[in-house]
Amino acid sequence: MRVLPVLLKKEFLQIFRNKAILIISLVAPIMQFLVLPLAASFEIKNIDLVVVDQDRSGLSRQLLERITASGYFRLVDYAPSYASAYALVEADAADLVLQVPSGFERNLMREHVQQVFIAVNAINGMKAGVGGAYLGTILRSFNSSVVATYAPDPPHEAIAVTSSGLFNPERNHRIAFIPGILAILVTMIGGMLSALNIVKERETGTIEQINVTPIRKRDFILGKLIPFWIMAMVVFTIGLLLAWFVYGIAPQGSVWLLYAFVAVYLVAVLGFGLLVSTYCASQQQAMFVMFFFVMIFILLGGLFTPVDSMPGWAQVMTRFNPVAHMVEVMRLVMLKGSGFMGILPNFLAIAGMAVVLNTWAVLNYRKTG
Amino acid sequence: MSTTGTTYAIQAEGLTKRFGAFIAVNAISFQVGQGEIFGFLGANGAGKTTAMRMLCGLSRPSAGQARVAGFDVRTQTEDIKRNIGYMSQKFSLYEDLTVTENIDFFAGIYGLPKERIRRQRDELIGKLGLGKEADKLVGGLPLGWKQKLAFSVAVFHGPRIVFLDEPTGGVDPVTRRQFWDLIYEATGQGITVFVTTHYLDEAEYCDRVSIMVDGRIAALDTPAALKEQFSTDSMDAVFYQLARGARRGDA
Repeated sequence: MRVLPVLLKKEFLQIFRNKAILIISLVAPIMQFLVLPLAASFEIKNIDLVVVDQDRSGLSRQLLERITASGYFRLVDYAPSYASAYALVEADAADLVLQVPSGFERNLMREHVQQVFIAVNAINGMKAGVGGAYLGTILRSFNSSVVATYAPDPPHEAIAVTSSGLFNPERNHRIAFIPGILAILVTMIGGMLSALNIVKERETGTIEQINVTPIRKRDFILGKLIPFWIMAMVVFTIGLLLAWFVYGIAPQGSVWLLYAFVAVYLVAVLGFGLLVSTYCASQQQAMFVMFFFVMIFILLGGLFTPVDSMPGWAQVMTRFNPVAHMVEVMRLVMLKGSGFMGILPNFLAIAGMAVVLNTWAVLNYRKTG
Repeated sequence: MSTTGTTYAIQAEGLTKRFGAFIAVNAISFQVGQGEIFGFLGANGAGKTTAMRMLCGLSRPSAGQARVAGFDVRTQTEDIKRNIGYMSQKFSLYEDLTVTENIDFFAGIYGLPKERIRRQRDELIGKLGLGKEADKLVGGLPLGWKQKLAFSVAVFHGPRIVFLDEPTGGVDPVTRRQFWDLIYEATGQGITVFVTTHYLDEAEYCDRVSIMVDGRIAALDTPAALKEQFSTDSMDAVFYQLARGARRGDA
């Protein structure tokens, strides 16, 4: 047991000597954490709108005012015809065309029915979808105010919906985003560092020198796991503090529960990195393999798109995706304030993965070929 | 030195390694006595490194038996590892650690007590004349110094046998001579030396020499006896006569 401190000392000497890795591991995540949530917004703003107003009535002007006042749209131009508006979309100068046909005001007054036409540039599907929906909402509310003003006998809305965003009352996307970014940060740091490290020893030939010593496999693997576990924990702590002091997101649930989960989660992620490293002959290979998996883990991890809207097979896959569990637990504990029972299924899943991945890695790491 | 002692440092009997259909090492048998310097020669691809890796417990034999320091290479690899030192072809100390840190690390994983490490390390650094470089990164040292350091680290924990795989590749004759002084010093302490080399002048420094051709041991004796057997006065000529018949490798 005297061997482990020797191994740890050596790993930390190497970590602190390799300034590039140290900076990438500690400073880059902090930058990401400060910049990404501010820049990467799920709110769609600055939608470029071109209007074809063929009615030119008081009512159509009111409608346009309502739209521009919402703050989501930028009125780029009034086009004389749909064709010239379409030309603007083609030239990428506009995202959305709103056509108000002639007779808009008259028909609305007399018959209480009128159509407007919206055309959306759907190349950026998200912007198109959300922009169209915003415009639809504005039109609906405009509609009801028109009905209220002009209709002699206003029909009742059968179902009126009011909603409230639970656990994130303002539906601030940052609040939903930040726990997820925390999850990704520790995954990237832990996974990449551990995967690259053992392979590097293989590349430089030092692993052979280690394998010819009476060192025990268990000590060697622990000597690799512990330093990166500590580093990833430090990164997590920095992220948590930033979330708290910069974004004002204090964990609703127990901080200790959060740490307990991350502690186990990191064992799983580091185990995965070790496993990859035992199969790879070069750092390049390990990098690509880790990149491949981490990419999929993150994209299917429920941060960018909700797991519930994935197809059935993808939802089954997310149960084996450690990042999905991490993102979920982060949100549950940080935003909802879930307790241990609330995250028990995730806890068990991650603990299982930690055991399987590390056992597999230790079995596959051989001192004797 | 004598090979007639009752216990050998290394004993191999029909030791074989196959990779698929390729037989890298084909049923080699030999003994190395305690304290002997045993030269393990052969052309590139003859199977020297593979044989050495089996003896060090880094590679499992496909067939045959071998005992190193009295332990079985199949079942007692960890006991073997406690009793040997190894210096691979590729320089394998940590280039991003200093001379001192490398020594401390490798001595540490053999479990040597701190006090002994400190005393022996200072002695070693003095002996190698690395006083000024002790706190410099190993990566920046000249190759000759790196190799002397690697050897010294390989025997630091006082192993019974040290395996050297082409330890002097790429260094100048003066440094090679100094390196051999270190080897003689180690044998003086009773360490058995098992060394592969491509330098036939180095073969003359060995007590006995084996020459491998295509995975087999083609000749094994003292340098003097081999020269007599092939009626020549140089090891070069002995090697050439044996190795030109080789079918594999690039020799």
